[in-house]
Amino acid sequence: MAHRILIADDEPNIVVSLEFVLGREGFVVAAARDGDEALRQVAAFKPDVLLLDIMMPKKSGYEVCEALRADPALAGLVVVMLTAKGRDAEVARGLAIGADAYITKPFSNKELVARIKSLLEQRS
Amino acid sequence: MNARTRFLLAVVILGLLVTGPFLVTATLVWLDMKPAERDLLVQLIVPRLPLGAFLTAVGFFAGLIVVRRLFQQYVQGLLRMAEHLRMMLSANRNLRVQPEGPPEVRLLAEAANNLAEQRDARAEQVEAQIAEAKGRLEEERNRLAALMSELAQAVVVCNREGRVLLYNNRARVQLRALSSAPIGLGRSIYALLDRSQIDHALESAAERRKANKVAMASFVTATSAGHLLRVQLVPVLAGQPPEVSGYVLSIENITRNMEQEAVRDQIIHDLTEGSRGSLAVIRAAVTNLADYPDMEALERERFVAIANGEAAKMGHKLEATLERFAGSLKSRWPLEDALGVDIVAAAARRVEDKVGLPTRLEQVDDTIWIRVDSYALIFAIAFVAERLKEHYNIRDLRLRLGAEGRYACLDLVWMGSNVSPETFYAWELEAMQAGGDSTPMTLRDVIERHGGEFWCQREKAAFEACFRLMLPMATPDMASDLPEMAGEGRPEYYDFDLFAQAGGGIDLDRPLAELTYSVFDTETTGLEPSNGDEIIQIGAVRIVNGRLLRQETYDQLIDPQRAIRPESVAIHGIDDAMLQGQPVARVALPAFHSFCAETVLVGHNAAFDMRFLQLKEADIGVAFTMPVLDTLLLSAVLHPAQESHRLEAIAERLGVGIEVRHRALEDAMATGEIFLKLLPLLAENGVVTLRQALEASRQTYLARVKY
Repeated sequence: MAHRILIADDEPNIVVSLEFVLGREGFVVAAARDGDEALRQVAAFKPDVLLLDIMMPKKSGYEVCEALRADPALAGLVVVMLTAKGRDAEVARGLAIGADAYITKPFSNKELVARIKSLLEQRS
Repeated sequence: MNARTRFLLAVVILGLLVTGPFLVTATLVWLDMKPAERDLLVQLIVPRLPLGAFLTAVGFFAGLIVVRRLFQQYVQGLLRMAEHLRMMLSANRNLRVQPEGPPEVRLLAEAANNLAEQRDARAEQVEAQIAEAKGRLEEERNRLAALMSELAQAVVVCNREGRVLLYNNRARVQLRALSSAPIGLGRSIYALLDRSQIDHALESAAERRKANKVAMASFVTATSAGHLLRVQLVPVLAGQPPEVSGYVLSIENITRNMEQEAVRDQIIHDLTEGSRGSLAVIRAAVTNLADYPDMEALERERFVAIANGEAAKMGHKLEATLERFAGSLKSRWPLEDALGVDIVAAAARRVEDKVGLPTRLEQVDDTIWIRVDSYALIFAIAFVAERLKEHYNIRDLRLRLGAEGRYACLDLVWMGSNVSPETFYAWELEAMQAGGDSTPMTLRDVIERHGGEFWCQREKAAFEACFRLMLPMATPDMASDLPEMAGEGRPEYYDFDLFAQAGGGIDLDRPLAELTYSVFDTETTGLEPSNGDEIIQIGAVRIVNGRLLRQETYDQLIDPQRAIRPESVAIHGIDDAMLQGQPVARVALPAFHSFCAETVLVGHNAAFDMRFLQLKEADIGVAFTMPVLDTLLLSAVLHPAQESHRLEAIAERLGVGIEVRHRALEDAMATGEIFLKLLPLLAENGVVTLRQALEASRQTYLARVKY
């Protein structure tokens, strides 16, 4: 069964490219444009992987991540932070609040896909 | 027993010693005789008695004269000499003993005179040495004071208790931004800076000293106006083993640096995080295009459009950032704000002197300020002038300075042809040389350092060409509008004698000469405080360690919120119009109170002024409880016989000049001078301490006069 991926980013142009490449890689993909929508979609779409931008309207990626991690039912969800913020302190914060990986923009599509696959393998 | 009595006694004893044995012998012989022999003796002697008595008397008087003469010459002469010598010792050093009397006394006089001369020569030598050393010390101090007052850094020196010993004009300005409390000699720095911060800095400096590092520490503090000051503290060590006897604070306003840092951070942020998002979009789109050549044409177009659009967006963003922060990108170099005309004039002089090219200024806008490294910029201008002279044989050069937007344009104009681009680029990149001096810097370096631009252009006039140098303009900072120091001569911003002075509060038993005073005077709407008259002006000046500090003054007009009586206007010349917009008493008097905190108040007829102040205490929330001395009463203590103790009369008696009467500050200054002249006179009359002065004033009958 194909894994499901939710992309949460307020930048539509990046969402388009990611939807395309992840679709071609065989994932089922959905998108959310802000923090609140991301939380709703996690409940509705039930993704295996969440690609989460930090600087988003309504709720930041940090807030979304913390909200998700507070819910034990979602322990199996893989959260990959995806952001332009690249300072060590921010990486540390993302990982500390429960993100599984932290990928700094700009990233290579191949690397992203490989990372997602390896995280899913570790999970199963 | 004085000398004369002793002499008379000696004469009597001598007489007794000479006649005694004879009389005793005669008595014994008489007692041994038979009556017949006694009769015979009486018959023999009695008729010849007058002759014997006469000769004895003559002998006695001759002896008396000789002894008296000896007495005068030896005893009285020596006594006189002793008095003379005593006078030589104390009152009159130039007095000499007259060599008179017998040779022995004369020898003694000469020897004493020689001794005195020797003493005088020594004393003169010592005095000359002292005077020389004093002069040197004074010179050093003046040099230091002059240096301090010219310093661009704000510097304050304090003793261990935090009393200010020295400060410069710059410090006054910087610290005024920090607090409304005034800075002044002998005042506590803790009114301005947090004591705990200073104590902590002292501890840190001590730790560093223990670790054999340079003993210094710094901290940052915020002013009420939101400025940030960096305060650096260096302890002053004295004695053996060295102990901290005080510290030097240098204060720097770093608000601007901080703002620039913030601007730089913003730029870096915009250029990194801002770009990352766009780069991510482009990369993702481009990788898709490369990785999936089989995608549909519509999808392909979409990704190409995304990449293009995002690249354009990024370009605009970069442009906007550069536009916004052009000035701050270069400003890390230590540039100073300078008046453009000064730089241009200096450059012209340099070109004439070093390059030998006649140079004049035309159309120089003297209001323009620029941010420059003046050495590098003037060097660059001289370099270009020399190149032009050598390669294009120009005869003279004209310098212009004008403004264009946020930039200043410095033009170098000459008669002749334009410089070719190749030559220009070559000049731009070579290490500069001018008038025999050289530097590894290139023209390009200098331009970039200033955040400016430089190019060659044709002039509108025929046969003229021009180099244009564009430099960012500066907003002149505080340096240009520092208030001039009042008065001339030696600046009074220091007093190292305070190093030894401990403690703050006023001790009634301290000598008057050591206390700190605020001499003040007020002008009022009228003479009846209890009838609604108000203060309209207060002037005050400080006396520290016996010096009137003409630069540490308080001078304030006050809006009395009522009309001034016409008869008062005639006295002080202050009318209602002059008081409009001035602070009211509730604002001005607390400031005056903090000006004279921890000092003794001195006024002429102070009771009058104090009455006005005390009536206001409830309203303004501070009480003037410091001791008060009145020059009127002190003058009455000293010269009870004088009829007038008006300020003018005392001033005239003591030789003090008053410039303008009935201006609060001028009157306060005159009162201060009078007070200083009264101090030694009071000391001669046994009034030495503050307690004694207050007591003497109280007892003077004038003290009972009520206003």
